[in-house]
Amino acid sequence: MKHTISILLENRFGAFDRVANLFSGKGFNLHSITIGETEIKDVMRMTIVTSGDDQIVDQVLKQLNRLVDTLKVVDLTEHERTERELALITVSYQKGNLQELKNISDIFRGKIVDINNKSIMFEITGPPVKINAAVNVLMPYGIKEMARTGTVALKRGEQINVAKPDLEPV
Amino acid sequence: MSASKKLYDGAEIFFESLRRENVEYVFGMPGGATIQIYERLYDIDYLKHILVRHEQGATHMADGYARASGRPGVVLVTSGPGATNTVTGIATAYMDSSPLVVFTGQVPTQLIGNDAFQEADIIGITRPITKHSFLVRDVKDLAPSIRKAFYIAQSGRPGPVVVDLPKNVISAASEFQYPEKVEVRGYKPNYEGHINQIKKAAKAIAEAKHPLLYVGGGVIMSGASQELRAFAIENNIPVTMTLQGIGAFPGTSELSLGMLGMHGMYWANQAVNNCDVLIALGARFDDRVTGKVETFATKAYKIHVDIDPTCIDKNVTVDVPIVGDVKKVLQNLRKVMPGKPDTSEWWQQIRKWQQECPLTYEKNDGKLRTQFVLERLSEKTKGEAIVVSDVGQHQMFVAQYYKFNHPRSHISSGGLGTMGFSIPAAIGAAHAVKDRPIISISGDGGFAMNMQELITAKAYNVPVKFILINNSFLGMVRQWQELFFDERYSFTDLSKHNPDFSKIVQAIGIKSFVVNMVDQVDHVLDEMLNYNEGPVFAEFRVVKEEMVFPMVPAGASVSEMIVERLNPQRML
Repeated sequence: MKHTISILLENRFGAFDRVANLFSGKGFNLHSITIGETEIKDVMRMTIVTSGDDQIVDQVLKQLNRLVDTLKVVDLTEHERTERELALITVSYQKGNLQELKNISDIFRGKIVDINNKSIMFEITGPPVKINAAVNVLMPYGIKEMARTGTVALKRGEQINVAKPDLEPV
Repeated sequence: MSASKKLYDGAEIFFESLRRENVEYVFGMPGGATIQIYERLYDIDYLKHILVRHEQGATHMADGYARASGRPGVVLVTSGPGATNTVTGIATAYMDSSPLVVFTGQVPTQLIGNDAFQEADIIGITRPITKHSFLVRDVKDLAPSIRKAFYIAQSGRPGPVVVDLPKNVISAASEFQYPEKVEVRGYKPNYEGHINQIKKAAKAIAEAKHPLLYVGGGVIMSGASQELRAFAIENNIPVTMTLQGIGAFPGTSELSLGMLGMHGMYWANQAVNNCDVLIALGARFDDRVTGKVETFATKAYKIHVDIDPTCIDKNVTVDVPIVGDVKKVLQNLRKVMPGKPDTSEWWQQIRKWQQECPLTYEKNDGKLRTQFVLERLSEKTKGEAIVVSDVGQHQMFVAQYYKFNHPRSHISSGGLGTMGFSIPAAIGAAHAVKDRPIISISGDGGFAMNMQELITAKAYNVPVKFILINNSFLGMVRQWQELFFDERYSFTDLSKHNPDFSKIVQAIGIKSFVVNMVDQVDHVLDEMLNYNEGPVFAEFRVVKEEMVFPMVPAGASVSEMIVERLNPQRML
């Protein structure tokens, strides 16, 4: 099972390395890793997507906690959360299918951020499953290049209606 | 006004900081990147520098010092090769949770990454084998980094910390103020175990019929030996120890079952197999202890006390995890015990196992054996010595045959299994403890790996008794080859080219003995133990083909223990 782990990390020499090193050194799975600044000075937030059985994920969390540079480690999988990813996808087009591609982009609430006479670049944001869906639909047209940011995620606040917090029109 | 504040250079700040940490000894070797530090050291009298002959020796010495004293060992080496030579020593300390602070020289900050002369990314190289590390990029950060390094190395689960010191930082000037308080916001070890968990454990222990204490190095590190002894005696519970736990409980006690695991006592492993409550204290369910994990202590309700949460549920899932310092947890546990377990029937069973399969060896063929030497040593020193073993067969024999009375007396590279550890580690231990005999025991394989440090022992006249157990083989590997690889002794026979070790030792200027016969053992051991003029050496030429029993083959269940030689005819 996949787990999304959020880490507050000291913005210090070698701190990122220690986290990354842990995954290779201990043989943990690493699906994506993102890092960026936070509202707190000198503190970065890392979002890691890993997978494994309960015992392995338990070890991942404990080992992350043990690092001196980690300030907080939360397994968001246990919480209501919002996950987002951004993808830039360049697709080839022929004269006939430009409108079709634009329609697909609209369905995924994508933006066209670049176009030339051979290819078109979309920017799509959303939960990772939505990006996967967009990739699947665009694949037959010929994806020339793609860059994905990996998942960023935050715990959601108190929920008034927790029925389907992540629902978004696709 | 700031003009009145005195400026100090990095080297001065370095030594002032060590002074505030009450450092007695620094084990090291100078080089280009640390020359300014050594320039300052030339005039310093409040700490002593021990010049080694190889940086690996420095780390093992600091490690031996740390294990014998409980205080952090300090290493100072130069950049590049000086730093990389410390790697095995750091990994050894990391695996056995020994507090080290290793200072490495580094090329000037502006040259880092340039493949400068004697440059190595030691922070990167040692990342997986250190508890934490610091690259000091500004002289203002030097004192706070040293403060944090010492704090992190010795608190919580101890471990090695590397502090990398670029040359220009050492020569730069700054004001000096040693931080009084140390605050590392991402690091807060939990010392107090959760009281509800402790009560839950107490209830289970009081109701147990077959309880067993399984104690590891954590008991020694937290200084919990007194509490352990009191707890075991109060409740009449048998105690078995891991290799690192030896000494945590007196080996001569009726309650001691000795070591468990791969080369542990038959009855200790039987007790693990049949206990109904297993109380693991500062131990980590290592594969050398558990054998096949699925078959380990399957009947037992498991209680696990450890200061490091990552150790809990790592190899074996437990019923009552308690994260905390063993000493504090034991103190609280004693307070909340609702009653005592009735262990009389359990003890009868254990005594039966002890008679069924006692620890023994061939005594009647007149050949010299390691076990005999160690038995005699144990008796002569009354279990009061500090014995620093190396790695291999003799290490297991020490664990089996030497009866340790005190914690911090059995020093051995357990986790990493570093051959070449004993000579330097014993030299380090001798700097920590001066009122008890320090005995280094090595095999002929490990002896050759760090014998250059005998020069250090001679140079400082360190009173270590160096014992070489020479069986002309890499004995433990040979044993596996005999048992599991059809007696194909691939590259384990050292007999053809082993030197005359006693001559090498004599050339260094150390008094030496050679023992070939059983009847010489007592005399030579007496000579060694009574020798008061610095280091002394004896080589015991023991039988080549001896094996360590009992033995649980790697990956097998502890019930599949081999208790004696399968085919005695193989013995020459």
